[in-house]
Amino acid sequence: MAALNLKGITKIYPHSADQKKARKKGAPEKKTNLQVTAEGVIAVQKFDLDIKDKEFIVLVGPSGCGKSTTLRMVAGLEEISGGELYIDGQLVNDVEPKNRDIAMVFQSYALYPHMTVYDNMAFPLKLRKMPKDEIDRRVKEAAEILDITQYLSRKPKALSGGQRQRVAIGRAIVREPKVLLMDEPLSNLDAKLRNQMRAEIIKLRQKINTTFIYVTHDQTEAMTLGDRIVIMKDGFIQQIGTPQEVFDHPANIFVAGFIGMPQMNMFNAKLLSEGGKYFVSVGGCKTELSADKQAALSSHKVPAQDITLGVRPSHMVLAKAPGNTLTATVDVAEMMGSEIHFHANADGRDVVVIVPTMDTNGERVDSFHAGDKLNLTFSGSACHVFSKDGRNLEF
Amino acid sequence: MKHSSKSGKILVYLLLILGSAIMIFPFLWMFFTSFKTVPESMSVPATIFPSAFRLDKYKEVLSKLPFVKLYWNTILLVFFRVICAVVFSSMAGYAFAKLKFRGKGLLFTIILMQMSLPSQIFLIPQYQMVAKMGLVNTIFALVFPGLVSAFGVFFLRQTYLSIPEEIGEAAYLDGCNQWQTFYKVMFPLTGTSVAALTIFTAVFAYGDLMWPQIVNNDVTKFTLSAGLATLRGMNTTDFPMLMAGSLLAMLPMVILYLIFQRQFVEGIAGTGGK
Repeated sequence: MAALNLKGITKIYPHSADQKKARKKGAPEKKTNLQVTAEGVIAVQKFDLDIKDKEFIVLVGPSGCGKSTTLRMVAGLEEISGGELYIDGQLVNDVEPKNRDIAMVFQSYALYPHMTVYDNMAFPLKLRKMPKDEIDRRVKEAAEILDITQYLSRKPKALSGGQRQRVAIGRAIVREPKVLLMDEPLSNLDAKLRNQMRAEIIKLRQKINTTFIYVTHDQTEAMTLGDRIVIMKDGFIQQIGTPQEVFDHPANIFVAGFIGMPQMNMFNAKLLSEGGKYFVSVGGCKTELSADKQAALSSHKVPAQDITLGVRPSHMVLAKAPGNTLTATVDVAEMMGSEIHFHANADGRDVVVIVPTMDTNGERVDSFHAGDKLNLTFSGSACHVFSKDGRNLEF
Repeated sequence: MKHSSKSGKILVYLLLILGSAIMIFPFLWMFFTSFKTVPESMSVPATIFPSAFRLDKYKEVLSKLPFVKLYWNTILLVFFRVICAVVFSSMAGYAFAKLKFRGKGLLFTIILMQMSLPSQIFLIPQYQMVAKMGLVNTIFALVFPGLVSAFGVFFLRQTYLSIPEEIGEAAYLDGCNQWQTFYKVMFPLTGTSVAALTIFTAVFAYGDLMWPQIVNNDVTKFTLSAGLATLRGMNTTDFPMLMAGSLLAMLPMVILYLIFQRQFVEGIAGTGGK
């Protein structure tokens, strides 16, 4: 169990000899969202993060955002191009992985095929020349926690995906590491098993006292597992916060769209300032922002401007009658049992609206079909106001 | 329909029997000739079966050639060539597959070039090297060309390339240094390929004739193939004796094949080569 400090961590992949020649000749470069300099491709840009002891941190983002690269730098599998990494106050940039007291669970499990489950789990302890009875105790304890005692004599090829994943976790936890790194451990599992293993990881976290750094591209895993989540894109940190913080107050349009299922609705709107108060106007709907948003915008002296307005599908409200509402035309209505998901078109944009099938009075919501009109409204606290360049204007 | 499939099957079986007969016939001819007298073996028209099963030629070849020595030299040759091929090719194959170092591409290209050249090109320089070391007519001289195997390096490099990188990384994180990663984790995963390389190297070494004849002139330092070659006369050849000697020479290989035929076939199937 340890605290980690990542200060300005950067990863640059240098150009190959061929790429250097091509650059000198001025040939067009391969398209990438990452920044490319004369030095090379910058996969991770000035990553700053302080992780508390026993905290469960999740790095989340789309493929190629730098989350696995960051994890691998913490592990020591990638050289750190710039910045400093501290584990428990000790600078570890040049420290061998085996001396960092970290353990890692790989996406592909990386179990040793020629060894039994017992030998796989005992392997790191044997390398450390631990006494046999201590190795035996630790392996059996970990197997007990992960419910794999009955598989100890089997080889990995005789196990299912979920069982292999548990063995991989077992091999990591027998070492009682200060930091446990997990690189998309559930990606190779089917949806049902993934849900099961997610719950297992939550239970595991309660049983073992260590700091976790977990990498995933799945926002559901990030929201359910993390104490705090770090959202990344194109090598940059977009936002760091608790799941609720990033859900309620996304720092930019990317975070707003990435977190939450279905994705947040985005509208071209106007931010108006009238009588010292802020309003948002979209289509025929004008809404006064809530007090906390008023305060945030006022403190930054945000002027009236064209904005992108974000409202989550579940925060859109069906008004009984038109008038100060946003009109949408239904494309598809999906009956989900307790909810209806409307896919509609409003103000030239596709929107998703989620409404319960029964309103607060216990009355059934009217059924709507393709082509029907919806009168939509939303509260001032449910709006997210983004500038045209994507920043949340409240920050 | 049933009738045509039955007659089709019969035709296939007949062809297979014919093919088998063509393949087996030379060995049967060799077997039966080893029991004939010299006139019988040269008679026209030729006869397949001997008039009597005489062991005279077996006694004669055993007294003419130091067979025990020939076997021993051949065993040593095969053993050391296999050990060297497996050990050095494994390490080199691992290095080319998994390690990063300057000149890797160039070095591997040189190895590939060596593979593409006929081995006869290297006979003279190899002989000169052995002669300069003063090791002509020794077991080391027999083993010398097999100390390294370009094919082995190439073959095992391909095997190591197929092992996922994460396995090496997991070993590294678990605390293995480079050597431990190789011999505790990576090398054990190449069992089938190593078995195939062992078989190919052993078969080639067993049948190697030119190099043992060039580098040794003392019959006690000969291998079986070189020893058998001495039974061929300038003008005439005692074929029954030669056949008896050949049968005695191939016996160990036949026994080994019968024991390891699965691995042998798997090895050929894996490489797509002979």
